[in-house]
Amino acid sequence: MSRKLLGLALFFVLALAACAPAAPPTIKIGVNAEITGDIPKVGEGTKFAAEMWLEEIGGQLEVGGTTYPVELVIEDNEAKGESAAAVNQKLITQDEVLVIVGPQASKQAVPAGGVANDLETPMISPWSTNPDTTLNRPWVFRTPFLDPFQGPVVANFVTEEFGFTQAGVLFDVASDYPKGLADFFKEGWETVHGAGSVVAFESFTTGDSDFSAQLTKIIDSGAEFLFTPQYYNEVALIVQQAHELGWDVPIVGSDSWGSAETVELCGEDCYGLFFSTHYAAEGATGATKEFIDAYNAKYGYVPDDVGALTWDSFHIVEQAIQDCGEITGDLAVDRQCVRDAMANIKQFHGITGDMTFTEEGDPIKCAVIVRISEEGKFTFYKQVCP
Amino acid sequence: MDFLLQQLVNALQSGSFYALIAIGYSMVYSVLMLFNFAHGDVFMVGAYIGFFVSGGLLALDVWEVIGLPLGVQLGLILVLTLIVSMFLNALVGMAVERIGYRPLRGAPRASAAITGLMIGIILENGNLALLGPQRRAFPELIISATIQLGEVSITNKKIMIVVVALLLTLGFHQFVRRTKWGMAMRAMAYDFVVVPLMGISINKIALMTFALGSALAAAAGILFGIAFPVLDPNMGILFGWKAFVAAILGGRGSVLGAGLAGFLLGFIEIFVVAFFPSTMRNLIAFGIILLILTFRPHGFFGEPYSAQLRL
Repeated sequence: MSRKLLGLALFFVLALAACAPAAPPTIKIGVNAEITGDIPKVGEGTKFAAEMWLEEIGGQLEVGGTTYPVELVIEDNEAKGESAAAVNQKLITQDEVLVIVGPQASKQAVPAGGVANDLETPMISPWSTNPDTTLNRPWVFRTPFLDPFQGPVVANFVTEEFGFTQAGVLFDVASDYPKGLADFFKEGWETVHGAGSVVAFESFTTGDSDFSAQLTKIIDSGAEFLFTPQYYNEVALIVQQAHELGWDVPIVGSDSWGSAETVELCGEDCYGLFFSTHYAAEGATGATKEFIDAYNAKYGYVPDDVGALTWDSFHIVEQAIQDCGEITGDLAVDRQCVRDAMANIKQFHGITGDMTFTEEGDPIKCAVIVRISEEGKFTFYKQVCP
Repeated sequence: MDFLLQQLVNALQSGSFYALIAIGYSMVYSVLMLFNFAHGDVFMVGAYIGFFVSGGLLALDVWEVIGLPLGVQLGLILVLTLIVSMFLNALVGMAVERIGYRPLRGAPRASAAITGLMIGIILENGNLALLGPQRRAFPELIISATIQLGEVSITNKKIMIVVVALLLTLGFHQFVRRTKWGMAMRAMAYDFVVVPLMGISINKIALMTFALGSALAAAAGILFGIAFPVLDPNMGILFGWKAFVAAILGGRGSVLGAGLAGFLLGFIEIFVVAFFPSTMRNLIAFGIILLILTFRPHGFFGEPYSAQLRL
């Protein structure tokens, strides 16, 4: 008896569902972030910026007159290359996301980009500067400038600013970003000062804390300054150990220094140092300042470049989805449409500067040299444009 | 010459950490014929305990009342931190033994070995879950001062670290050589089956071994925090592996051997970088160690295994 009733009820429910007009499909956006692992502050910034964007659009997007609900699927890649690839695989096949934002660091973005490209899902990395992330991958895009640009920017800056001729470099040989950037810097430096002008080119592997042997060697080589394109946790250790070895020369960094946590870990040792990055929070104006203030009010600290670039990436994604005109619910069609729309964005006015996109999906944009002030703030020093 | 002296100083500091962790590995291995793979993570826990204990002590109000000079006050806090953290971490080590290893006393050795790996993962991820993934900056317990000897820079931190590590190594060596408890440990290392029949409780000795090893790991963790003031939940993995290598290199049953091998590992790592491209450091350093083990398979101070080989 009761089973019959249940069957009847079920029948009506199904019939009703079939009759109701089809609800617009949910737009799922995957976020592949470094939430645990070596660089958790990067993952945190990604997550916060993504959630701020979702809040800004009110959880829905209007595309061609129809309003679609938007959902974020945030996954942790543990700051490991293989995990980032697995996360992409899961986001694409299991969660069925339309487009992926992330991963941030090149070590994760290079392998993850391969997966996204193979499975024909558009992906945009907000922070990865290594050329390999997008190279020969029509489905993969990025928001920051590239290391072949950043390396010479730093080399030229040091030459002009200090007039040095002998460089020392210390980098993590096991991670794509530092390794790539160290090579591009070396190339850039030697173009200006000739072969052999990088007098020390020393490396370590991820997870090391003791850099005393490498630093002693660099000091002994007669280098006039140190370039170290490392992440914030290593920056603190490298700078402090250099000072403990009695080496008091300028130490110059790259965009990976721009974390909100660099100064917290490094303290006074890092005051007065320079690094190249995507934007300077101190003295920002317009939309950039609005974003910084909103972020600061919500999360209690000034967003680093990761947060700002993630914000820009989400707006590029937003524009691409809107340019699509219609979301059909057929993933293969929609993904293709979003990819084509993203590839068609030639100019973008973001909070990290104006970008012009190349055929490869890479933006051409200006870099900023930032000085860490005596209050531990990242202050704008100069801008370098291509 | 100055270059070599500076690298020698670097190597002494680097070796100090390996030595203290390796002794803990070596003691457990000697007494229970067990690879305690969780030991690197016990070192991590020790560093975090030191972080919280020193943070708590620094926040106390009594310091203003007593009114000691800052240097003395920090020194006192350092000593207290070392003592309290070693004690607390000893409890952690005992818990690891009681919960992780004792139920598996009769189980195949391989099961006990993977237990260690699992406890290690639980400690890392437990820390991640409790404290979150962000790095912690270890408080400055020594006002850094650099002593310049010609071209060689030595900080007061480095001197303190090496001295404490050497004292603890020699102290434990004496403990194992000269006390009754130490004798019980050596007896257990000699024969794991017959010695319990003589009225020595294997459970007690095992607990004590873990407690002592973990206390040393806590000391290593605090010294590490002083030298490299960035703590993260995975800091023990790489260190644990390397210290394990040092423990085997030192030889089974020798505290002094493990300590010296720890320093040797520090020397090899640093001097490989000094003379070869640093990209090849691990390749060459561990190649050398493999070569040493080829010619001395029992390590430097280990005796050839007796008939009671249980692996």
